[in-house]
Amino acid sequence: MVSDLQLRRENRVVIAHIYTATAAIALGAIFGVFQGFARADTIVAPSWFDYYRILTMHGVLMALVFTTFFITGLSLFVTYRSIPRERRLAVGWFGWGLMLVGTALAAVTIISGNATVLYTFYAPMKASPWFYIGATLLVLGTWVVAFEIFENINYFRKNNPGAPIPLVVFCAGATFVMWIVATLGVVAEMCLLIPWAFGWTHGINVLLTRMFFWYFGHPLVYFWIMGAYIIWYNIIPTRYGGNVFSDGLTRLAFIMLILLSTPVGIHHEFMEPGISTTWKMLHTLTTYGVAIPSFITAFAIFASFELAAIARGRRGFIATVRGLPWNDPTFSSAALGMILFILGGFGGLVNASYSMDTVIHNTVWIVGHFHVTVGGPVALTFLGAAYWMIPRLTGRALWKPHVALFQTRMWFFGMLIMSFSMHYAGLLGAPRRTAEVGYLGATTANVWQPYMLLAAAGGFFLFVSILTFVAVALGTLFQNAKTESMDVAFATPAQPATETPLMLQRLYRWGVVALALAILAYAGPLGELLRNPGYLAPGMRTW
Amino acid sequence: MHIHRYERWWMTFGIAMLVVFLLMIGFAAFADNINPPSGLQQVDPQKLSQTPPFDKPGLRKLPNGTYEAYYVAEVFNFIPATLSVPVGSKVTFYVTSADVVHGFFIPRTDINMMAIPGWVNTQSHTFTRSGDYLLICHEYCGIGHQNMFARIAVH
Ligand code: HEM
Ligand SMILES: [Cu+2]
Ligand SMILES: [Cu+2]
Repeated sequence: MVSDLQLRRENRVVIAHIYTATAAIALGAIFGVFQGFARADTIVAPSWFDYYRILTMHGVLMALVFTTFFITGLSLFVTYRSIPRERRLAVGWFGWGLMLVGTALAAVTIISGNATVLYTFYAPMKASPWFYIGATLLVLGTWVVAFEIFENINYFRKNNPGAPIPLVVFCAGATFVMWIVATLGVVAEMCLLIPWAFGWTHGINVLLTRMFFWYFGHPLVYFWIMGAYIIWYNIIPTRYGGNVFSDGLTRLAFIMLILLSTPVGIHHEFMEPGISTTWKMLHTLTTYGVAIPSFITAFAIFASFELAAIARGRRGFIATVRGLPWNDPTFSSAALGMILFILGGFGGLVNASYSMDTVIHNTVWIVGHFHVTVGGPVALTFLGAAYWMIPRLTGRALWKPHVALFQTRMWFFGMLIMSFSMHYAGLLGAPRRTAEVGYLGATTANVWQPYMLLAAAGGFFLFVSILTFVAVALGTLFQNAKTESMDVAFATPAQPATETPLMLQRLYRWGVVALALAILAYAGPLGELLRNPGYLAPGMRTW
Repeated sequence: MHIHRYERWWMTFGIAMLVVFLLMIGFAAFADNINPPSGLQQVDPQKLSQTPPFDKPGLRKLPNGTYEAYYVAEVFNFIPATLSVPVGSKVTFYVTSADVVHGFFIPRTDINMMAIPGWVNTQSHTFTRSGDYLLICHEYCGIGHQNMFARIAVH
């Protein structure tokens, strides 16, 4: 066991990560609600209001900052608590510091109007080099955190020869193995963008930067989902007294996510010139493959619910659902998130379907889709997990749990309204990433305007929900009495881990296989492009 | 490692569904030739004014009765800004960008593609319904992006 002092020192690192994430989502929500109303033409924008600058902030804060800091914090937390030892925390702090400096640098360039390029920073729009440097530092900071996690895994393996890594640490480790493979793409892109933004190189291959970006961009999505899966598998069952359904299948799901998250990125480039249909078809195939670990997860979750109910002598669907702790903010966040994820999965199948993507590519359907996936299941699960972690990090009881419960439900309904309207408006043809979608009263546009208003109303619910979360998170910090135990127990498997085949206990070698698969999947399109690279763009500032 | 019988059924069902969907996509692609746009032709964006047919963007009628429409996307316009085609015509659109990345999207049709500097992208649609269509840039391209649209009249 570790000393109390040591525990507190570790907790402080995790608290720093989690509250940085909280700050990001709070700011992001303020921008988000503005976007909703601006798009619905309901606010007369003041002259200083720059829709795209705000949208850049929203995308960066939500997609890159909130999610990343939460996952690094969560992963450090599960690692520290599962592998007790005397440890120095310099690396943990250094990772956080690097991520924070990177974020601050990027934020300053955006706010000053020198990087209004949205979170995808597509060339040849050319932002301040410091924006790209900031984003790179954010990524490098996550590598430092990954190093910290791997170092602890190695320590565990050395001191427990032959024993499987604790399941929750395996899941966190797998998430970061996948992340390292994935972020190689964006770092490669930055190696092109940074010298170009400084003016040291005179042109950039636009298609190449897009290919590198989406090599990273899709697994970024799976990074978020793996973060949520860590919680669904290892923390949620403890809320209803259940178990992990199967140790081996959980590891299998995470290994499949390591392997299949990356070789799929071209599905974001279906509508582009310069990439043959052969490669687009190949990536459709692999994209379908990455649904399989989610099937495993869906089964495992429902099976775990049911086994827990049976253990309490309840049988049948209704009894199982009724017996779940719906009034527990942590459980209900995750469970409502799962319901949203089912909707998100259907939409994802459409997006991934090669030619069907023509109907909805770059319409607000896509915005509806990722809010009902990352904004729904992932963010909601994270907030629910924060309600569980914060008392265990601070020793303070959660401030007003019933308010937390209200927050969760508000989010669910807000998200249903916003994402339904966005999906529908997208089918009617409303574009995404656009400040106003009225097109001078064109009849085509009139059809979708009411849905933009409905989406704005849903967004307002979400905004209130996020503010409520921030109130609970901060309120807990300012509770005086330390009444809570800081002990943590993760869910244990119903089948013991010793039965798990050795192959499913490996981590790094699956990372190597994943890299090989990614190279295979990109060799075709990349080779095609490099044989015929074409025009090099000098870059320009169009904002 | 023990895998529960129900789990085997579930996974078989799931994977079978994926295979069915993939077969449908494959059938549409190979039998009906429904593919996403994938123009592989290159062009120099700085010499568009000297490069036919982009030196004179607009509509051409082909001998077989179908049409070709050439478009240049630039911040924050489409050239041509208006186009008029008879109802029932099949139009193949060709688009390239003179500067940054743009979108090329006509709601209620099969036309949805990216315009990337250096490349020509292409897609076809048969206009069976008459009316006024909007051509929208649906990729953020800068401060005036929301003003970037054109009109197509089908009569
Ligand atoms: C208060 C809650 C929120 C509201 C009202 C909101 C609203 C919006 C709206 C209206 C857009 C579309 C703007 C456009 O395409 O023109 C948008 C974009 C986006 N949102 Fe949210 N959102 C919220 C929360 C979130 C959360 C929790 C996440 C993720 C964790 C998220 C991630 C994104 C991303 C990645 C984009 C795309 C930005 C881009 O296209 O560059 N949002 N949001
Ligand atoms: Cu994707
Ligand atoms: Cu545009």
